[in-house]
Amino acid sequence: MSKPDSVDLSAFSVPGSGRGILDVFSYGYLLRLLVRKGILTRYHGSVLGWAWSYVKPTAQFFIYYVVMGVFLDLSRGIEAFPIYLFSGIVVVNLFNEAFGNATKSIVNNKALVKKIYLPRELFPIADVFIAFVHFLPQLSILIVVCLIFGWVPTFVQLAGALLAIFIVLLIATGLGLLFGSINVSYRDSQNLVELILMFATWTSPVLYSFTMVRDKLPTWAFDLYMLNPLTSAVELFHSAFWFPTTSEAAERPEHLWFFAGISVVVALVVLLIGQFVFRKLEGRFAQDL
Amino acid sequence: MPKTSELNPPRIIVEGVRKTYTLRHTQSFKETFVAWIRRKKTSTSFQALNGIDITVGDSEAIALLGYNGSGKSTLLKLVSGVLRPDAGRILTRGRVAGLIEVGAGFHPDLSGRENVYLNAAILGMSKDEIDARFDEIVEFSEIGEFIDTEVKHYSSGMFVRLAFSVAIHTELDILLVDEVLAVGDAPFREKCKTKIREIVAAGKTLFIVSHDLGMVSDLCSRGIVLRRGEMVFDGAIGDAITTLKASTR
Repeated sequence: MSKPDSVDLSAFSVPGSGRGILDVFSYGYLLRLLVRKGILTRYHGSVLGWAWSYVKPTAQFFIYYVVMGVFLDLSRGIEAFPIYLFSGIVVVNLFNEAFGNATKSIVNNKALVKKIYLPRELFPIADVFIAFVHFLPQLSILIVVCLIFGWVPTFVQLAGALLAIFIVLLIATGLGLLFGSINVSYRDSQNLVELILMFATWTSPVLYSFTMVRDKLPTWAFDLYMLNPLTSAVELFHSAFWFPTTSEAAERPEHLWFFAGISVVVALVVLLIGQFVFRKLEGRFAQDL
Repeated sequence: MPKTSELNPPRIIVEGVRKTYTLRHTQSFKETFVAWIRRKKTSTSFQALNGIDITVGDSEAIALLGYNGSGKSTLLKLVSGVLRPDAGRILTRGRVAGLIEVGAGFHPDLSGRENVYLNAAILGMSKDEIDARFDEIVEFSEIGEFIDTEVKHYSSGMFVRLAFSVAIHTELDILLVDEVLAVGDAPFREKCKTKIREIVAAGKTLFIVSHDLGMVSDLCSRGIVLRRGEMVFDGAIGDAITTLKASTR
């Protein structure tokens, strides 16, 4: 047998070794097809089809509005409460959808992961993109409603909304890689994620105003509350969509851009940790599924 | 001695490869914890491959033979990169395409056309390459007008023909085949064999796992026999089949 050492090994590659997330970019076409598949098959076989993407958030909005606004009277002191509520809900929905689906993506794509080598990061990342596409109908409802109420945002406010979307997608990808890779061996992971998602709606100022938290909590605890990337994303959305439709007399959180900057850093760190853990566990995916 | 070309470097190098499966007996944190408290073993290990050395050159067609549980499929998965070896190393040169599971990436709710694009991309092809070969793929599969029908309405024969056709038309240097040639009816199998011979004649490397000894001796020139994770024979296909028949599981 020929000695492998005697040949030039530079043209060889080790099967199954990749550069992680970076490899996903060289599979851009496949990523596009996977996202397309997710979108095409989402409402397959349903009569209303994509209309569900409008019906669901609208129904969710009415429930929150009736309970929070009418029964609990939380709208007291918050001008244009329905818009306040909805602009926060869409952000949390985006996070929940992206993070929740990314966590289950490796297990859901079992057949492929076990049979063919692909950069496995493709699956959670495709799910985050699909979640983003499903977020667009909700965003369009929000924009239409805001326009009816005389919405004229500034350029800075719109940039804030884009930053908020970026933060949410980034952190959902990072957490999705982390919990998705653990989920292969321990399905406890997806249950834990459901718990986290339940908390997400309540630990950011979606259904109430941040001032209520500030008035109850000591300063350090409130700072911690503001450090939650989802909080800054929700507040950036409030600034962009809800605030311009009000008389602009309401109080806005201080240093919001500073907290948003920290959120970007936090999201990047989470992404790095997620990728690191993912790569550590990836070697066992095919045999543990 | 395997025939490796003097001029060209080999296509696949398998060097001292060992693969041990760890079979976990616990499926959740709770079970792991309980097992740990009771000092029970949470896993047992199983040696699937041990000390395998193989070098494969250009335009070689190699059959991997062995009974169930001999480690054939594990070795193929290691070469494809789905699994990683616990010791030793595997190196490949060029594009590896695996006919490992026909239709693993097929989605029943998508049309045949969409599935062709999706699967060809999964096997590593670019959009331009798929566009260029699309007609050829459809023609080979004999699906014809049904290409725009959802795959869930296909008969099982149509399904495997299309899936196989996609896989066999991928741009590749090394083709890995695992038990999938047993698809379709006799005329289609004959067509697949012809296609595979063309691929080998074009200088590609073929690595095939099968229990169909007749077909293997037809397609391959070299055979490797595995038994309980050890390589027991490497040489001409005829002798390999004789060795296999003489051995026990």
